[in-house]
Amino acid sequence: MSQTQIELNRGLAQMLKGGVIMDVTTPEQAKIAEAAGACAVMALERIPADIRAAGGVSRMSDPKMIKGIQDAVSIPVMAKCRIGHFVEAQILQAIEIDYIDESEVLSPADDIYHINKNEFKVPFVCGARDLGEALRRINEGATMIRTKGEPGTGDVVQAVRHMRKMNSEIRKVVSMREDELFEEAKQLQVPYELVKYVHENGKLPVVNFAAGGVATPADAALMMQLGAEGVFVGSGIFKSGDPAKRAAAIVQAVTNYTDAKLIAELSEDLGEAMVGINPSEIKIIMEERGK
Amino acid sequence: MRIGVLAVQGAFIEHIQMISNISESYDEEIECFEIRQAKDLQNIDGLILPGGESTVQGKLIKDLGMFDSLHKMIQDGLPTLATCAGVILLARDIENDATHHLSTLPVTIKRNAYGRQLGSYMTNASVGDIKDYPLVFIRAPYITDVDSDVKVLTKVDSNIVAVEYNNQIGLSFHPEMTKDDRIHRYFIDKIISTKK
Repeated sequence: MSQTQIELNRGLAQMLKGGVIMDVTTPEQAKIAEAAGACAVMALERIPADIRAAGGVSRMSDPKMIKGIQDAVSIPVMAKCRIGHFVEAQILQAIEIDYIDESEVLSPADDIYHINKNEFKVPFVCGARDLGEALRRINEGATMIRTKGEPGTGDVVQAVRHMRKMNSEIRKVVSMREDELFEEAKQLQVPYELVKYVHENGKLPVVNFAAGGVATPADAALMMQLGAEGVFVGSGIFKSGDPAKRAAAIVQAVTNYTDAKLIAELSEDLGEAMVGINPSEIKIIMEERGK
Repeated sequence: MRIGVLAVQGAFIEHIQMISNISESYDEEIECFEIRQAKDLQNIDGLILPGGESTVQGKLIKDLGMFDSLHKMIQDGLPTLATCAGVILLARDIENDATHHLSTLPVTIKRNAYGRQLGSYMTNASVGDIKDYPLVFIRAPYITDVDSDVKVLTKVDSNIVAVEYNNQIGLSFHPEMTKDDRIHRYFIDKIISTKK
Protein backbone atom coordinates (compact mmCIF):
# COMPACT_ATOMS: atom_id res chain seq x y z
CA MET A 1 0.00 0.00 0.00
CA SER A 2 1.48 3.38 -0.98
CA GLN A 3 1.50 6.26 1.50
CA THR A 4 -1.16 7.95 -0.64
CA GLN A 5 -3.36 4.86 -0.46
CA ILE A 6 -2.91 4.65 3.32
CA GLU A 7 -4.06 8.25 3.62
CA LEU A 8 -7.07 7.64 1.35
CA ASN A 9 -8.01 4.51 3.29
CA ARG A 10 -7.61 6.16 6.68
CA GLY A 11 -9.57 9.04 5.19
CA LEU A 12 -12.56 6.87 4.29
CA ALA A 13 -12.71 5.71 7.93
CA GLN A 14 -12.65 9.38 8.98
CA MET A 15 -15.70 9.97 6.78
CA LEU A 16 -17.57 7.20 8.62
CA LYS A 17 -17.01 8.81 12.02
CA GLY A 18 -20.05 9.66 14.09
CA GLY A 19 -21.92 7.01 12.17
CA VAL A 20 -23.37 3.53 12.59
CA ILE A 21 -22.22 0.56 10.51
CA MET A 22 -24.87 -2.16 10.39
CA ASP A 23 -24.65 -5.90 9.68
CA VAL A 24 -26.99 -6.96 6.88
CA THR A 25 -27.58 -10.33 5.22
CA THR A 26 -29.83 -9.39 2.26
CA PRO A 27 -30.27 -6.46 -0.16
CA GLU A 28 -33.61 -5.73 1.54
CA GLN A 29 -31.95 -5.41 4.93
CA ALA A 30 -29.24 -3.24 3.36
CA LYS A 31 -31.92 -0.85 2.03
CA ILE A 32 -33.60 -0.71 5.44
CA ALA A 33 -30.24 0.08 7.03
CA GLU A 34 -29.43 2.80 4.48
CA ALA A 35 -32.85 4.39 4.87
CA ALA A 36 -32.45 4.32 8.66
CA GLY A 37 -29.20 6.28 8.38
CA ALA A 38 -26.42 3.67 8.39
CA CYS A 39 -23.12 5.24 7.20
CA ALA A 40 -22.03 1.83 5.83
CA VAL A 41 -23.22 -1.76 5.85
CA MET A 42 -21.38 -4.99 6.59
CA ALA A 43 -22.51 -7.67 4.14
CA LEU A 44 -22.46 -11.16 5.61
CA GLU A 45 -24.38 -14.38 5.18
CA ARG A 46 -25.18 -14.85 8.81
CA ILE A 47 -25.14 -12.28 11.58
CA PRO A 48 -22.88 -13.17 14.53
CA ALA A 49 -25.75 -14.40 16.74
CA ASP A 50 -26.65 -16.97 14.08
CA ILE A 51 -23.02 -17.90 13.45
CA ARG A 52 -22.78 -18.60 17.15
CA ALA A 53 -26.00 -20.64 17.12
CA ALA A 54 -25.01 -22.62 14.03
CA GLY A 55 -21.51 -23.47 15.21
CA GLY A 56 -19.08 -25.14 12.80
CA VAL A 57 -16.72 -23.24 10.51
CA SER A 58 -17.81 -19.81 9.31
CA ARG A 59 -16.20 -18.35 6.20
CA MET A 60 -16.30 -15.34 3.88
CA SER A 61 -19.76 -14.79 2.35
CA ASP A 62 -20.71 -15.74 -1.21
CA PRO A 63 -19.41 -12.95 -3.51
CA LYS A 64 -22.73 -12.99 -5.37
CA MET A 65 -24.57 -12.21 -2.17
CA ILE A 66 -22.13 -9.36 -1.42
CA LYS A 67 -22.52 -7.96 -4.96
CA GLY A 68 -26.31 -8.00 -4.52
CA ILE A 69 -25.87 -5.75 -1.50
CA GLN A 70 -23.37 -3.50 -3.34
CA ASP A 71 -25.99 -2.99 -6.05
CA ALA A 72 -28.77 -2.26 -3.55
CA VAL A 73 -27.18 0.69 -1.71
CA SER A 74 -25.05 3.79 -2.40
CA ILE A 75 -23.24 3.84 0.96
CA PRO A 76 -19.94 1.97 1.49
CA VAL A 77 -20.18 -1.82 1.71
CA MET A 78 -17.85 -3.81 3.95
CA ALA A 79 -17.40 -7.57 4.16
CA LYS A 80 -15.58 -9.98 6.44
CA CYS A 81 -12.76 -12.37 5.70
CA ARG A 82 -11.23 -14.89 8.08
CA ILE A 83 -8.18 -13.88 10.14
CA GLY A 84 -5.11 -14.71 8.07
CA HIS A 85 -7.08 -15.76 4.96
CA PHE A 86 -5.41 -13.50 2.43
CA VAL A 87 -7.08 -15.19 -0.53
CA GLU A 88 -10.54 -14.37 0.81
CA ALA A 89 -9.21 -10.81 1.09
CA GLN A 90 -7.95 -10.91 -2.51
CA ILE A 91 -11.44 -12.02 -3.61
CA LEU A 92 -13.10 -9.19 -1.70
CA GLN A 93 -10.66 -6.71 -3.25
CA ALA A 94 -11.44 -8.14 -6.70
CA ILE A 95 -15.15 -7.39 -6.27
CA GLU A 96 -14.23 -3.84 -5.13
CA ILE A 97 -15.47 -4.01 -1.57
CA ASP A 98 -15.04 -0.65 0.18
CA TYR A 99 -13.59 -2.06 3.44
CA ILE A 100 -12.52 -5.55 4.51
CA ASP A 101 -13.08 -6.62 8.11
CA GLU A 102 -10.45 -9.22 9.00
CA SER A 103 -12.75 -10.57 11.63
CA GLU A 104 -12.66 -12.83 14.66
CA VAL A 105 -16.39 -13.43 14.09
CA LEU A 106 -15.44 -15.90 11.37
CA SER A 107 -13.33 -18.99 12.09
CA PRO A 108 -9.63 -18.04 11.93
CA ALA A 109 -7.82 -19.48 8.90
CA ASP A 110 -4.41 -18.95 10.48
CA ASP A 111 -3.70 -19.28 14.19
CA ILE A 112 -0.42 -17.35 14.07
CA TYR A 113 -0.33 -14.79 11.27
CA HIS A 114 -2.71 -12.01 10.31
CA ILE A 115 -2.99 -10.85 6.71
CA ASN A 116 -0.21 -8.53 5.54
CA LYS A 117 -2.67 -5.77 4.80
CA ASN A 118 0.09 -3.48 3.53
CA GLU A 119 0.09 -5.53 0.33
CA PHE A 120 -3.50 -4.59 -0.51
CA LYS A 121 -4.98 -1.46 -2.03
CA VAL A 122 -8.39 -1.95 -0.41
CA PRO A 123 -8.69 -0.80 3.23
CA PHE A 124 -8.96 -3.09 6.27
CA VAL A 125 -10.61 -2.74 9.67
CA CYS A 126 -9.48 -5.08 12.46
CA GLY A 127 -10.66 -5.80 15.99
CA ALA A 128 -8.52 -5.05 19.04
CA ARG A 129 -8.91 -5.57 22.77
CA ASP A 130 -6.09 -3.31 23.87
CA LEU A 131 -3.50 -0.85 22.62
CA GLY A 132 -0.94 -3.54 21.72
CA GLU A 133 -3.37 -5.43 19.49
CA ALA A 134 -4.52 -2.19 17.85
CA LEU A 135 -0.97 -1.04 17.03
CA ARG A 136 0.04 -4.49 15.76
CA ARG A 137 -2.91 -4.46 13.36
CA ILE A 138 -2.06 -0.91 12.26
CA ASN A 139 1.54 -1.98 11.64
CA GLU A 140 0.19 -4.78 9.43
CA GLY A 141 -1.71 -2.15 7.42
CA ALA A 142 -5.14 -1.82 9.08
CA THR A 143 -6.51 1.70 8.48
CA MET A 144 -9.38 1.46 10.97
CA ILE A 145 -9.71 -0.27 14.36
CA ARG A 146 -12.75 -1.45 16.29
CA THR A 147 -13.15 -3.08 19.67
CA LYS A 148 -13.70 -6.81 19.49
CA GLY A 149 -16.44 -6.97 22.07
CA GLU A 150 -18.03 -10.38 22.14
CA PRO A 151 -20.03 -10.57 18.89
CA GLY A 152 -23.53 -11.97 18.69
CA THR A 153 -24.21 -11.82 22.42
CA GLY A 154 -26.16 -8.57 22.69
CA ASP A 155 -24.01 -7.98 25.77
CA VAL A 156 -21.97 -4.77 25.66
CA VAL A 157 -19.68 -5.65 28.58
CA GLN A 158 -16.70 -6.77 26.48
CA ALA A 159 -16.82 -3.77 24.16
CA VAL A 160 -16.85 -1.53 27.23
CA ARG A 161 -13.89 -3.40 28.70
CA HIS A 162 -11.87 -3.16 25.48
CA MET A 163 -12.61 0.52 24.92
CA ARG A 164 -11.75 1.41 28.53
CA LYS A 165 -8.56 -0.63 28.40
CA MET A 166 -7.43 0.88 25.09
CA ASN A 167 -8.07 4.43 26.25
CA SER A 168 -6.45 3.98 29.65
CA GLU A 169 -3.37 2.52 27.94
CA ILE A 170 -3.32 5.49 25.56
CA ARG A 171 -3.47 7.89 28.52
CA LYS A 172 -0.61 6.01 30.14
CA VAL A 173 1.56 6.30 27.02
CA VAL A 174 0.77 10.02 26.75
CA SER A 175 1.94 10.59 30.34
CA MET A 176 5.24 8.73 29.93
CA ARG A 177 8.67 10.30 29.70
CA GLU A 178 10.14 9.99 26.23
CA ASP A 179 12.86 7.61 27.38
CA GLU A 180 10.21 5.23 28.72
CA LEU A 181 8.60 4.79 25.30
CA PHE A 182 11.25 2.30 24.11
CA GLU A 183 10.45 -0.12 26.91
CA GLU A 184 6.71 0.44 26.38
CA ALA A 185 7.11 -0.50 22.71
CA LYS A 186 8.84 -3.69 23.83
CA GLN A 187 6.07 -4.50 26.32
CA LEU A 188 3.32 -3.83 23.76
CA GLN A 189 5.26 -5.78 21.07
CA VAL A 190 4.87 -2.95 18.58
CA PRO A 191 7.24 -0.59 16.69
CA TYR A 192 8.58 2.39 18.62
CA GLU A 193 7.30 4.85 15.96
CA LEU A 194 3.67 3.89 16.63
CA VAL A 195 4.10 4.27 20.39
CA LYS A 196 5.70 7.65 19.79
CA TYR A 197 2.72 8.68 17.63
CA VAL A 198 0.31 7.77 20.44
CA HIS A 199 2.51 9.60 22.97
CA GLU A 200 2.47 12.78 20.89
CA ASN A 201 -1.13 12.72 19.66
CA GLY A 202 -3.05 11.03 22.49
CA LYS A 203 -4.90 8.82 20.06
CA LEU A 204 -4.45 5.98 17.60
CA PRO A 205 -3.23 7.02 14.13
CA VAL A 206 -6.51 5.62 12.72
CA VAL A 207 -10.21 5.87 13.56
CA ASN A 208 -11.45 3.66 16.41
CA PHE A 209 -15.04 2.34 16.45
CA ALA A 210 -16.92 0.28 19.02
CA ALA A 211 -18.20 -3.16 18.08
CA GLY A 212 -19.63 -6.20 19.77
CA GLY A 213 -22.86 -6.48 21.74
CA VAL A 214 -24.33 -3.02 21.00
CA ALA A 215 -28.13 -3.51 21.08
CA THR A 216 -29.80 -0.26 22.20
CA PRO A 217 -29.46 3.52 21.64
CA ALA A 218 -28.14 3.70 25.21
CA ASP A 219 -25.45 1.08 24.45
CA ALA A 220 -24.34 3.09 21.41
CA ALA A 221 -24.25 6.37 23.35
CA LEU A 222 -22.33 4.63 26.16
CA MET A 223 -19.63 3.56 23.71
CA MET A 224 -19.46 7.08 22.24
CA GLN A 225 -19.12 8.65 25.70
CA LEU A 226 -16.33 6.17 26.43
CA GLY A 227 -14.45 7.52 23.41
CA ALA A 228 -15.59 5.48 20.39
CA GLU A 229 -15.63 7.50 17.15
CA GLY A 230 -18.58 5.51 15.76
CA VAL A 231 -20.37 2.22 16.28
CA PHE A 232 -20.79 -1.13 14.56
CA VAL A 233 -24.13 -2.80 15.28
CA GLY A 234 -24.27 -6.45 14.31
CA SER A 235 -26.98 -8.74 15.54
CA GLY A 236 -28.62 -5.97 17.60
CA ILE A 237 -30.74 -4.54 14.78
CA PHE A 238 -32.07 -7.38 12.68
CA LYS A 239 -32.47 -9.66 15.71
CA SER A 240 -34.86 -7.14 17.29
CA GLY A 241 -38.60 -6.58 17.02
CA ASP A 242 -38.62 -3.42 14.85
CA PRO A 243 -35.28 -3.20 12.97
CA ALA A 244 -35.97 0.05 11.02
CA LYS A 245 -37.06 1.98 14.11
CA ARG A 246 -34.26 0.64 16.30
CA ALA A 247 -31.67 1.35 13.61
CA ALA A 248 -32.83 4.97 13.18
CA ALA A 249 -32.87 5.47 16.95
CA ILE A 250 -29.31 4.18 17.32
CA VAL A 251 -28.15 6.52 14.51
CA GLN A 252 -29.60 9.57 16.26
CA ALA A 253 -28.25 8.44 19.63
CA VAL A 254 -24.73 8.29 18.16
CA THR A 255 -25.03 11.86 16.82
CA ASN A 256 -26.35 13.25 20.10
CA TYR A 257 -24.69 10.86 22.49
CA THR A 258 -24.55 13.28 25.41
CA ASP A 259 -28.19 14.41 25.22
CA ALA A 260 -29.89 12.07 27.72
CA LYS A 261 -33.29 13.66 27.21
CA LEU A 262 -33.19 12.94 23.48
CA ILE A 263 -31.88 9.39 24.02
CA ALA A 264 -34.76 8.83 26.46
CA GLU A 265 -37.22 9.76 23.71
CA LEU A 266 -35.36 7.61 21.19
CA SER A 267 -35.48 4.62 23.53
CA GLU A 268 -39.30 4.60 23.77
CA ASP A 269 -41.36 1.90 22.08
CA LEU A 270 -38.55 0.23 20.19
CA GLY A 271 -40.13 -3.17 20.55
CA GLU A 272 -38.18 -6.11 21.78
CA ALA A 273 -34.39 -5.91 21.91
CA MET A 274 -32.42 -8.98 20.94
CA VAL A 275 -32.64 -11.48 23.76
CA GLY A 276 -28.89 -11.74 24.13
CA ILE A 277 -26.73 -14.23 25.91
CA ASN A 278 -24.32 -13.73 28.72
CA PRO A 279 -20.69 -14.27 27.66
CA SER A 280 -20.13 -16.50 30.70
CA GLU A 281 -22.79 -18.85 29.31
CA ILE A 282 -21.22 -19.30 25.90
CA LYS A 283 -18.68 -21.80 24.65
CA ILE A 284 -16.97 -19.96 21.77
CA ILE A 285 -15.09 -16.89 22.92
CA MET A 286 -14.51 -14.98 19.69
CA GLU A 287 -12.48 -12.18 21.23
CA GLU A 288 -9.67 -14.65 21.97
CA ARG A 289 -9.18 -15.14 18.23
CA GLY A 290 -6.19 -13.33 16.70
CA LYS A 291 -3.88 -11.46 19.06
CA MET B 1 -16.93 35.58 14.27
CA ARG B 2 -18.73 32.28 14.84
CA ILE B 3 -18.32 29.42 12.37
CA GLY B 4 -20.64 26.44 12.82
CA VAL B 5 -19.71 23.00 11.51
CA LEU B 6 -22.53 20.56 10.87
CA ALA B 7 -21.61 17.71 13.24
CA VAL B 8 -24.33 15.10 12.74
CA GLN B 9 -21.95 12.61 11.08
CA GLY B 10 -18.63 12.56 9.25
CA ALA B 11 -15.30 14.38 9.32
CA PHE B 12 -16.34 17.54 11.14
CA ILE B 13 -13.53 17.52 13.74
CA GLU B 14 -10.94 17.94 10.96
CA HIS B 15 -12.59 21.20 9.86
CA ILE B 16 -12.75 22.48 13.44
CA GLN B 17 -9.06 21.70 13.93
CA MET B 18 -8.15 23.44 10.68
CA ILE B 19 -10.10 26.59 11.65
CA SER B 20 -8.68 26.65 15.17
CA ASN B 21 -5.13 26.24 13.81
CA ILE B 22 -5.44 29.34 11.63
CA SER B 23 -7.71 31.44 13.86
CA GLU B 24 -4.81 32.98 15.80
CA SER B 25 -3.52 34.74 12.70
CA TYR B 26 -6.71 36.84 12.46
CA ASP B 27 -7.34 40.02 14.46
CA GLU B 28 -10.95 39.07 15.00
CA GLU B 29 -11.68 36.29 17.47
CA ILE B 30 -12.91 33.19 15.62
CA GLU B 31 -15.06 30.67 17.44
CA CYS B 32 -15.70 27.35 15.72
CA PHE B 33 -18.49 25.15 17.11
CA GLU B 34 -20.42 21.95 16.41
CA ILE B 35 -24.00 21.96 15.13
CA ARG B 36 -25.78 18.83 16.33
CA GLN B 37 -29.33 20.10 16.91
CA ALA B 38 -31.61 22.95 15.84
CA LYS B 39 -30.80 24.90 19.01
CA ASP B 40 -27.16 25.17 17.88
CA LEU B 41 -28.16 27.23 14.81
CA GLN B 42 -27.88 30.63 16.46
CA ASN B 43 -25.48 33.58 16.08
CA ILE B 44 -23.73 32.05 13.14
CA ASP B 45 -21.58 33.92 10.62
CA GLY B 46 -20.33 31.00 8.55
CA LEU B 47 -21.36 27.39 7.98
CA ILE B 48 -19.25 24.36 7.07
CA LEU B 49 -20.91 21.20 5.71
CA PRO B 50 -18.27 18.44 6.11
CA GLY B 51 -17.59 15.16 4.37
CA GLY B 52 -19.27 11.98 5.49
CA GLU B 53 -22.25 10.10 4.10
CA SER B 54 -24.77 12.42 2.47
CA THR B 55 -27.64 9.94 2.96
CA VAL B 56 -26.99 9.95 6.72
CA GLN B 57 -26.46 13.70 7.02
CA GLY B 58 -29.48 14.49 4.84
CA LYS B 59 -31.71 12.27 6.96
CA LEU B 60 -30.39 13.59 10.27
CA ILE B 61 -30.83 17.29 9.44
CA LYS B 62 -34.50 16.46 8.83
CA ASP B 63 -34.95 14.11 11.81
CA LEU B 64 -33.28 16.59 14.14
CA GLY B 65 -35.43 19.49 12.92
CA MET B 66 -32.66 21.54 11.27
CA PHE B 67 -33.63 21.37 7.62
CA ASP B 68 -35.85 24.48 7.35
CA SER B 69 -33.52 26.75 9.33
CA LEU B 70 -30.44 25.60 7.42
CA HIS B 71 -32.20 26.05 4.11
CA LYS B 72 -33.36 29.56 4.96
CA MET B 73 -29.99 30.65 6.36
CA ILE B 74 -28.09 29.52 3.26
CA GLN B 75 -30.76 30.96 0.95
CA ASP B 76 -30.48 34.29 2.84
CA GLY B 77 -26.74 34.49 2.15
CA LEU B 78 -24.94 32.75 5.04
CA PRO B 79 -21.38 32.02 3.80
CA THR B 80 -21.19 28.24 3.38
CA LEU B 81 -18.25 25.93 2.67
CA ALA B 82 -19.34 22.43 1.63
CA THR B 83 -16.98 19.51 1.09
CA CYS B 84 -17.80 16.15 -0.53
CA ALA B 85 -21.02 14.96 1.15
CA GLY B 86 -21.69 18.60 2.02
CA VAL B 87 -21.89 19.68 -1.60
CA ILE B 88 -24.31 16.79 -2.27
CA LEU B 89 -26.53 18.31 0.44
CA LEU B 90 -26.39 21.68 -1.34
CA ALA B 91 -26.87 20.47 -4.92
CA ARG B 92 -30.19 21.21 -6.60
CA ASP B 93 -30.14 17.88 -8.45
CA ILE B 94 -28.44 14.54 -7.86
CA GLU B 95 -27.84 12.72 -11.12
CA ASN B 96 -28.13 9.11 -10.00
CA ASP B 97 -30.58 9.68 -7.17
CA ALA B 98 -34.11 11.12 -6.91
CA THR B 99 -33.35 12.50 -3.44
CA HIS B 100 -33.19 16.26 -2.86
CA HIS B 101 -31.60 17.81 0.16
CA LEU B 102 -31.11 21.57 0.68
CA SER B 103 -31.07 22.28 -3.08
CA THR B 104 -29.62 25.80 -2.71
CA LEU B 105 -26.77 25.35 -5.21
CA PRO B 106 -27.91 25.31 -8.88
CA VAL B 107 -25.79 22.37 -10.03
CA THR B 108 -26.29 18.72 -10.88
CA ILE B 109 -24.02 16.35 -8.98
CA LYS B 110 -23.14 12.71 -9.46
CA ARG B 111 -22.59 10.69 -6.28
CA ASN B 112 -19.74 8.14 -6.04
CA ALA B 113 -18.73 9.45 -9.44
CA TYR B 114 -15.34 7.71 -9.35
CA GLY B 115 -16.79 4.40 -8.18
CA ARG B 116 -16.01 2.59 -4.96
CA GLN B 117 -13.09 3.11 -2.55
CA LEU B 118 -10.60 1.68 -5.06
CA GLY B 119 -11.43 4.70 -7.26
CA SER B 120 -10.42 7.20 -4.55
CA TYR B 121 -7.35 9.28 -5.45
CA MET B 122 -5.23 12.37 -4.87
CA THR B 123 -4.02 14.99 -7.32
CA ASN B 124 -3.02 18.67 -7.47
CA ALA B 125 -4.78 21.53 -9.27
CA SER B 126 -5.69 25.18 -8.98
CA VAL B 127 -8.83 26.07 -7.05
CA GLY B 128 -9.83 29.46 -8.44
CA ASP B 129 -6.84 31.71 -7.70
CA ILE B 130 -5.30 29.21 -5.28
CA LYS B 131 -2.51 27.51 -7.25
CA ASP B 132 -1.27 23.95 -6.90
CA TYR B 133 -3.71 22.84 -4.20
CA PRO B 134 -3.71 19.17 -3.02
CA LEU B 135 -7.05 17.53 -3.86
CA VAL B 136 -8.12 14.45 -1.87
CA PHE B 137 -11.03 12.55 -3.39
CA ILE B 138 -12.64 9.82 -1.25
CA ARG B 139 -15.61 8.04 -2.87
CA ALA B 140 -16.14 11.52 -4.20
CA PRO B 141 -18.89 13.09 -6.30
CA TYR B 142 -18.32 15.45 -9.20
CA ILE B 143 -20.53 18.09 -10.78
CA THR B 144 -21.96 17.31 -14.19
CA ASP B 145 -23.89 20.50 -14.90
CA VAL B 146 -24.03 24.06 -13.57
CA ASP B 147 -26.27 27.08 -14.16
CA SER B 148 -24.57 29.88 -16.10
CA ASP B 149 -24.12 32.09 -13.02
CA VAL B 150 -22.18 29.42 -11.11
CA LYS B 151 -18.40 30.03 -11.12
CA VAL B 152 -16.37 26.91 -11.84
CA LEU B 153 -13.20 26.95 -9.71
CA THR B 154 -11.61 23.61 -10.64
CA LYS B 155 -11.92 20.89 -13.23
CA VAL B 156 -10.07 17.56 -13.13
CA ASP B 157 -10.13 15.53 -16.36
CA SER B 158 -12.89 17.87 -17.62
CA ASN B 159 -15.08 17.09 -14.60
CA ILE B 160 -16.12 19.98 -12.33
CA VAL B 161 -14.94 19.44 -8.76
CA ALA B 162 -15.12 22.96 -7.25
CA VAL B 163 -17.67 25.76 -7.68
CA GLU B 164 -18.62 29.06 -6.11
CA TYR B 165 -22.10 30.55 -6.27
CA ASN B 166 -22.70 33.76 -4.32
CA ASN B 167 -22.31 32.74 -0.67
CA GLN B 168 -21.74 29.03 -1.34
CA ILE B 169 -18.46 27.22 -2.03
CA GLY B 170 -18.87 23.60 -3.07
CA LEU B 171 -15.91 21.18 -3.28
CA SER B 172 -16.02 17.49 -4.08
CA PHE B 173 -12.65 16.98 -2.38
CA HIS B 174 -11.42 17.34 1.21
CA PRO B 175 -9.32 20.43 2.10
CA GLU B 176 -9.71 19.46 5.78
CA MET B 177 -7.70 16.28 5.14
CA THR B 178 -4.65 18.22 3.98
CA LYS B 179 -2.16 20.46 5.75
CA ASP B 180 -2.91 23.26 3.27
CA ASP B 181 -5.12 25.89 4.93
CA ARG B 182 -5.56 28.23 1.96
CA ILE B 183 -9.17 27.23 1.21
CA HIS B 184 -10.23 27.69 4.83
CA ARG B 185 -8.51 31.09 4.83
CA TYR B 186 -10.36 32.00 1.63
CA PHE B 187 -13.60 31.04 3.34
CA ILE B 188 -12.83 33.13 6.44
CA ASP B 189 -12.03 36.10 4.18
CA LYS B 190 -15.37 35.56 2.48
CA ILE B 191 -17.14 35.67 5.86
CA ILE B 192 -15.28 38.88 6.77
CA SER B 193 -16.25 40.57 3.50
CA THR B 194 -19.87 39.42 3.91
CA LYS B 195 -20.05 40.93 7.40
CA LYS B 196 -18.89 44.30 6.06
